[in-house]
Amino acid sequence: MTATACFHCGLPVPAGSRHSVVIDGAERPMCCPGCEAVAGAIVAGGLDNFYRFRDSRSERPETESRDSQWAAYDLVEVQRQFVHDGEDGRKVAGLLVGGITCAACVWLIEKHLGQLDGVERVSVNASTQRARVGFDPGKIRPAQLFAELARIGYRPAPATAANSEQLLQSERRAALRRLGVAGLGTMQVMMFAIALYFGASSGIDGELQRYLRWVSLLVATPVVLYAARPFFSAALRSLRGRHLSMDVPVSLAIGLAYGASFYATVFNTGEVYFESISMFTFFLLLGRTVEMRARHRAGLASGGLAQLLPLTANRVDGQRLESVPVAALAVGDRILLRPGETIAADGEVIEGRSGVDESLLSGESALQPKSRGSRVYAGSVNGDSSLTVRVTAAGSSTRLSAIERLVERAQLEKPRQVALADRVAGWFVGLVLCAALVAFAVWWQLDPSRAFWVALSVLVVTCPCALSLATPAALAAATLRLQQLGLLVAGGQLLETLPRLTRTVFDKTGTLTRGEPRILQVQPLRDGVAEQRVVDIAAALESRTDHPLARAFRAWRGNLHAVDVQVHTGLGLEGCVDGVDYRLGRSDFAASRPPAVPQEEGQWLLLADASGPLAWIALGDRLRTSARDAVAGLERAGLAVELLSGDQSGEVQRLAAAAGIGHWRAGASPEHKLEHLQQLQRDGERVLMVGDGLNDVPVLSGADASVAMMSAADLAQSRADAILLSGDLRVLWQAVALARRCRTIVRQNLVWALGYNALALPLAVFGLVPPWAAAIGMSISSLVVVLNALRLSRHDAPLSREREAGNEGQAEGPLSSS
Amino acid sequence: MDSLYFLIPIAIIFVATAVKLFFWAVNNGQYDDLETEGRRILFDDDEPAEARREDSDGDGAGEC
Repeated sequence: MTATACFHCGLPVPAGSRHSVVIDGAERPMCCPGCEAVAGAIVAGGLDNFYRFRDSRSERPETESRDSQWAAYDLVEVQRQFVHDGEDGRKVAGLLVGGITCAACVWLIEKHLGQLDGVERVSVNASTQRARVGFDPGKIRPAQLFAELARIGYRPAPATAANSEQLLQSERRAALRRLGVAGLGTMQVMMFAIALYFGASSGIDGELQRYLRWVSLLVATPVVLYAARPFFSAALRSLRGRHLSMDVPVSLAIGLAYGASFYATVFNTGEVYFESISMFTFFLLLGRTVEMRARHRAGLASGGLAQLLPLTANRVDGQRLESVPVAALAVGDRILLRPGETIAADGEVIEGRSGVDESLLSGESALQPKSRGSRVYAGSVNGDSSLTVRVTAAGSSTRLSAIERLVERAQLEKPRQVALADRVAGWFVGLVLCAALVAFAVWWQLDPSRAFWVALSVLVVTCPCALSLATPAALAAATLRLQQLGLLVAGGQLLETLPRLTRTVFDKTGTLTRGEPRILQVQPLRDGVAEQRVVDIAAALESRTDHPLARAFRAWRGNLHAVDVQVHTGLGLEGCVDGVDYRLGRSDFAASRPPAVPQEEGQWLLLADASGPLAWIALGDRLRTSARDAVAGLERAGLAVELLSGDQSGEVQRLAAAAGIGHWRAGASPEHKLEHLQQLQRDGERVLMVGDGLNDVPVLSGADASVAMMSAADLAQSRADAILLSGDLRVLWQAVALARRCRTIVRQNLVWALGYNALALPLAVFGLVPPWAAAIGMSISSLVVVLNALRLSRHDAPLSREREAGNEGQAEGPLSSS
Repeated sequence: MDSLYFLIPIAIIFVATAVKLFFWAVNNGQYDDLETEGRRILFDDDEPAEARREDSDGDGAGEC
């Protein structure tokens, strides 16, 4: 079967799916009703140029948007968080828009919202995923903005204080300003320095030399006092904390070299080092800015736990039903949960029967049946029918908040790695200071007039430029390269930890697997029944439910229509398609004399009509195509691989076997997972955790290194050291390889820097280094280190070529057997 | 060489202006989104409908 790619999201279109949209005069295939609706909305707005402008595929809309789901944003107390007053009665809403993949998305959002009556001004920032919309509250409601964004396939959320970017923005702007001052200053000082170099070698007019020094001082001063300030304040902090970080020798070098040059300029004696100081500051700032941008990008989407909860709940007050903000819920309140709603507080069911999806908390993908007396937890999603719940815990006493506290604890206990450069810094500073003192003392005996300048030249020559650039330059280059490969590094320590890992622990749902049910197999039980017909009937029956398993049938929804559909919680569905009554679900529910359930993998549903069973349908989660290769690659790289899942054992065992993983553990709760991890760490293992769900967050926070999937819960992403953007697990062992290479380069750099210093130090102590040579030596040793680090950005693992040829898992149809 | 006494101050004034301009640009949000703005010029809205049809025939599904 050759799979066509969905025109909107690029995922394969399942056979027999009949969704399509006319774009640019041709009929384009769509994989599911969600994509069809979004593409339809885009075309209807006359914005089909979007498909020509974009350079990356759009995200697949997860659920169809219902306009009513945004109604909560019209409540005044909810609006207060993200809508502000603009000029003359206008309002400005700050929105966090998920799903922006490229610049064309910005164009689409600005055009689409701009067409609405009442919207005055829209500006979208693709790198921060924020939109600011100015609107006239008399003509349009905020909820409509949310609904319109959802209609064209994005995930809107209010940009509230919790995820405010104000702080990040000012940090980013300050870094850019510093970089600009350091860059422009360096260029100028370099020009003057070249004149001074030539002057020193071929003679220069004394007055002109003084003049050039004064000008250099003038330009270098803002570089030191403004651009280099972060180093000074960081050094001060680390000294107060009684610990020597790399910032201390850096500040010492910048400060002393500047002080000495200042003195030399004013009193027209000694030597100046303005160009070295400026260049050094510029390179260091460049490395830090790259690191900061990567960190910010990773943290942007996070809105914390609160975003997992709905904004409002339906409180039952006698016979009255009223919509109240979640913050106003108290223990003892009764709330009504409609199908598909997220539960806002922990509670006890007092009326109704329904299945509840608790995958957020436990990782278990099957619905948990709930009836009178059962407990439900905040953050889980009500499945098929309404429930009335008495609140037993709200706000910070819910189980969801307990997980958050577990996360904080895990982070505190996380094994800390002291950066290699910082370890070197301690004894390096001591050594240099001792050498300078000894040189000063000895020269004081020999020639007191030269003692000060020799001591100073020792300090300047051994300026830890190359040493302190060695690590950050390599890390910045590797971070950028990893980003190109599809791994966004958020924690600076990840690259130092990766080469030392001994074990990788995978979560199952959403990590090794795609995290959504698919049809694995259809077995007709009666002659003359086509598989396609079976799937169409099942899709028609499932089209009305919000059951997680129903998502497997999304692609075929609408091929047939069902009427009189009834949901029997925990059992299945019945309904009428083309005049025939069907039942779909557990075998004993669907037919009175059910055949034996097939032994093969998957969850088997039976489709039957009045005259008996019609077909078996197997649903299951499917392994990512890259999983097997990734496991093999990691094992080749010397890492043990383990599967740790909250799911039941049979399924876990099967997947572990399919992925080639020997060790597995099933049925683990978040607490168990963390305990298991800490046991491993006590045994001396260094663990990389790869996970996705909220139940993995404590383990992600506690592991030596952690990677979250792109589809992961926001909280998981914000607590992980890196985010896997492409969903291709093979990037993991590529990252390990790159990190090992990065470690080699850091070592080369350190050897070079220390070697240079070891050579220069004795020469300086004996007063043999002419100051201009010291300055050139410093600059060249820094440049060598930076250029060596840049080699990492061309690091090319064999995989990337292969990946360009065939995109991961795209050519896979849901009905093909694995 | 005397011209240096005159040219360098001018150069410094230029640099100071450049820094000031750069600060203005950063504070004004010109550097906040480095991805979108450079491409916005490519998204033209006012092309004739026929031309659009012809260009897009070459597009393969999901390639862009």
